Amino acid sequence: MKRFFSRAYWQDRDMEAVMGRLLRAGVLLSGLIALVGGILYLFQHQGIHPGYHVFRGEAGALLSLKGIFQGMAALRGEALIQCGVLLLIATPIARILFSVIAFLIEKDYLYLAITFLVLLIMGFSIGGGFGG
Amino acid sequence: MAGLLGSLTGLGGGFIIIPLLTLGFHVDLRYAIGASLVAVIATSSGAAAAYVREGITNIRLGMFLEIATTAGAVGGALLAAYTPTHVIAVIFGIILLLSAGLSLRKRQFHIERTSKSRLAEQLRLNSSYPSRNGAVDYKVRHVPGGFLMMILAGLLSGLLGVGSGALKVLAMDNVMRIPFKVSTTTSNFMIGVTAAASAVIYFQRGYVDPGLAMPVLVGVLAGALLGSRWLIQSESAWIRVLFTVVLTILAVEMIYNGWAGKI
Repeated sequence: MKRFFSRAYWQDRDMEAVMGRLLRAGVLLSGLIALVGGILYLFQHQGIHPGYHVFRGEAGALLSLKGIFQGMAALRGEALIQCGVLLLIATPIARILFSVIAFLIEKDYLYLAITFLVLLIMGFSIGGGFGG
Repeated sequence: MAGLLGSLTGLGGGFIIIPLLTLGFHVDLRYAIGASLVAVIATSSGAAAAYVREGITNIRLGMFLEIATTAGAVGGALLAAYTPTHVIAVIFGIILLLSAGLSLRKRQFHIERTSKSRLAEQLRLNSSYPSRNGAVDYKVRHVPGGFLMMILAGLLSGLLGVGSGALKVLAMDNVMRIPFKVSTTTSNFMIGVTAAASAVIYFQRGYVDPGLAMPVLVGVLAGALLGSRWLIQSESAWIRVLFTVVLTILAVEMIYNGWAGKI
């Protein structure tokens, strides 16, 4: 029971609460954007039969942030969906970023280093330009 | 449905979605992997949001093992670029069969009360989780072994586009000797980050198609929000059996089609 009243325990509990909210907000928001984009997409693609059995890769415009934002400004459904997907991918990354900050505040330098290392690996994955 | 089943077994929805899309709808495996990763991240993050607030998830352990899973996932995603799709299909089938077997295994309720790992102590991995009878303390063992298995789990996750939750749970249950409630939720916690690490690469390669990602994302979301509430209440045996039967059939189909070069 003594653990319950220690300061470190409550700090970890606070971190869990914020992390839970962060994850839920990210997932809900990305789902919502994808839903709106999906409705637009269905209206814009009526009667077009998709051919997913042949792999072509997505058009270049939907692979860059700039292209996606331009598409969103033009209210293109697929750009909105891709924005939702990106937001979803960003949610766990935001969670790591949050942990880095939380461990810094807690002055837990061991875990600051550990989470920062995870963040570095993510950065390697994002910036590596493995698109090919 | 995949979201519900996925969050129930801590498996992530990928093992259902990929065979469904490739075998059922004849979608190219690469598009299916892209859609699956979207499903996996959504399932994991949705369920993790609920678990984390329950205080069962061992966040420190999750963070530490994420070093292994993300590094593995990046490697797996890079490897996928040089692997023909029918080879990926066969590997997928084999891993699926193994996972089906693993999910049938009876998970023993065990709690390690004595600390035997200095590394676990130094990393402060030993923790406690809340139960009806107050907080339950537990210790973590065999940290390096668990870490190595997590690299493998990450590699498979990145190569096949699944969460590889079964392998993560196995590593934590049998190697690190963690109570199963903690291992299930902590595995779920890591899956989102692991999948995101490879999803970034797949996204840049154009594997994520909006027409496939949208129904998957919206569908999984609804399922995950329901599913995580279920697990907290019960451990249902019949769902696990049903799940295993379905997985086995899908696994055999994937291996056959991959071998025949149809995927």
